Amino acid sequence: MAQLTYRDALNQALVEEMERDESVFMLGEEVAEYDGAYKVSKGLLERFGDKRIKDTPISELGFAGLGVGAAMVGLRPIVEFMTFNFSILALDQVINSASKMLSMSGGQINIPLVLRGPSGAALQLGAQHSQACETWYLHAPGVKVVTPSTPADAKGLLKSAIRDNDPVAFMEGELLYNVKGEVPDDDDFIIPLGVADLKREGGDVSIITHGSMAHVALQAAKQLEKEGIEADVLDLRSLRPLDVDAILATVAKTNRAIYLEEGWPYLGVGAQIVSIIMEEAFDDLDAPVLRVTQADIPMPYNKKLEIWAKPGASRVVEACKRVLYV
Amino acid sequence: MAETETVAVGVVDGGPALGGFSKEKLVEFLRQMLLYRRFEEKAEEGYAIGKIGGFCHLHIGQEGAAAGCILPLRQDDYVISSYRSHTQALAKGLSPNAIMAELYGKASGTSGGVGGSMHMFGPDTGFMGGHGIVGGQAGLALGMAWAIHYRGGGQVCVCFLGDAAVNQGGFHESMNMAAIWGLPVIFVVENNAYGMGTKFTRMSETEMVQKAASHGVPATVVNAEDVLATYAHFDGLIELVRQGGGPQFVDVECYRFKGHSMSDPVSGTYRSKEEVEEWTENSDPIKYLRDRMFSADLLTGEELDAIDQEVRGIVDAAVEFAEVAPEPEVETLYKNVYSEINPHGRLFFDGRGQ
Repeated sequence: MAQLTYRDALNQALVEEMERDESVFMLGEEVAEYDGAYKVSKGLLERFGDKRIKDTPISELGFAGLGVGAAMVGLRPIVEFMTFNFSILALDQVINSASKMLSMSGGQINIPLVLRGPSGAALQLGAQHSQACETWYLHAPGVKVVTPSTPADAKGLLKSAIRDNDPVAFMEGELLYNVKGEVPDDDDFIIPLGVADLKREGGDVSIITHGSMAHVALQAAKQLEKEGIEADVLDLRSLRPLDVDAILATVAKTNRAIYLEEGWPYLGVGAQIVSIIMEEAFDDLDAPVLRVTQADIPMPYNKKLEIWAKPGASRVVEACKRVLYV
Repeated sequence: MAETETVAVGVVDGGPALGGFSKEKLVEFLRQMLLYRRFEEKAEEGYAIGKIGGFCHLHIGQEGAAAGCILPLRQDDYVISSYRSHTQALAKGLSPNAIMAELYGKASGTSGGVGGSMHMFGPDTGFMGGHGIVGGQAGLALGMAWAIHYRGGGQVCVCFLGDAAVNQGGFHESMNMAAIWGLPVIFVVENNAYGMGTKFTRMSETEMVQKAASHGVPATVVNAEDVLATYAHFDGLIELVRQGGGPQFVDVECYRFKGHSMSDPVSGTYRSKEEVEEWTENSDPIKYLRDRMFSADLLTGEELDAIDQEVRGIVDAAVEFAEVAPEPEVETLYKNVYSEINPHGRLFFDGRGQ
């Protein structure tokens, strides 16, 4: 085990998979000469040359199309979006081309494509640079969505995503790149898509979450612990495929759950999870499932307002107490 | 009418020829274009009697573009197109039976009945679809051309677009990237003057060939009424691109004899009946080649009838094939959404797809 930052864990996954398979290449804005806007691709240009690490013009729709087209004929492209905010320009190629190609072609053409980059709010970047983009991608059958929260998850899941034969949106946490953690050294360390991870065990209430919010959930669990409340923290890691068994198991154990997410509430990830719990675990519930989300507004710039708009640990604690009726 | 008379009577391989093409080759062009025409007429018929549903965009009148651009390609070259692509699929070598069965929504269709008129695919023959979002295929063509370059070259990717697609941003992004990386792609605008019911000149201040100028992509114009000129033009360009000459842009002038789709009248509010009649009468690529072959004594009425009978037979057989072909099974609904079933997590959320 090595102590690695989330950033270096991603870099290691890229290096290992590019060494392993020549059909893997990465393109995007500033990925090569600049070493990546968040330095995830540091050193890759020197190591792999400018055919396999390719700087692009600022043309998200165009280079996402390039990724889909190259995947149609058997390459395994990784498209880096400087942030997923900018990927909204590319959604036509994701939704209309990548997600439907296998179906429209009657199973003849699959799209082994990874779309990756940071998603979600950082610090005071304002409305257009502070969005959680999972829902845009989750809505379309044919796409997979993965949201790692720790360095080990980042490495193991990115390797899985690259080896996957379908389009995977791999959403990193913008504030997680410097987070350190233990990462297995093994080149073959992978985490399969669709397996949730119980990041903390406790029997009183379930905090179900994904992505960088796993850290907020753990903070909240610590605060609850001081008040004698033990929380399960279930990090879904992959939202499609979704580990429904793990969700049902934690709900069966605690009978009380909240969903914590960085995005907006309306048709957000939590809306789907709550629906699944209601349909499949209704009899296990002792309280309605609550959601903690970003405020239902464009993210404000002002520091105080931004803190207020984000789903913080205190809101999670409050929601947990509400479902516990304490 | 084609502006320049490019066809010249001559001799090829010791036999009589026209425009540098042997009689055998000329007959092949005529046969191909007649096949496309008869096929589309049957599709029109099938639509009218309710055997074919959805949107159905016919290529009648534009056969010279499909034949002239695609027949010079190798099988391992890629063709990608818009939703008006039945005849391009035929030209690239997909079987008429499978294309008709796809129109009928049958399991033996090119996409198992799931794609329909707008989404024909035949990767084994290099036909990479049938795409329904105007200009979307430009980005995909860029990616296929990138893959050719990545693997060391040798193939060519031809991307068909309608004239309205050049006003999409993604088209220009793709042209730019193809240019900066010198990729082996030919952007072919089948310029039939109308994007659905909107005349090109109403929506663009610049001429078609100027669309390529700011990207540094060489642009040429060819009139698809003359399949021989179109073929010769593409034969040269394809070789140039294959040798690493970088992308090309071609304005292929043509005219759509039918409505935008089957739900659109042939003339209607945006173009007059007289205009359509004028073009149909005087700018038909099949008549153009036929008449020149007649004049050069390279075709007799009997020979033409025989070719027409043969292709009608192929098309009739395709209809029979499609009629009796099985429907897709309902059990296959979820089969091709993801390549593999995930053993760990749920992929479908409607309560039925597991």
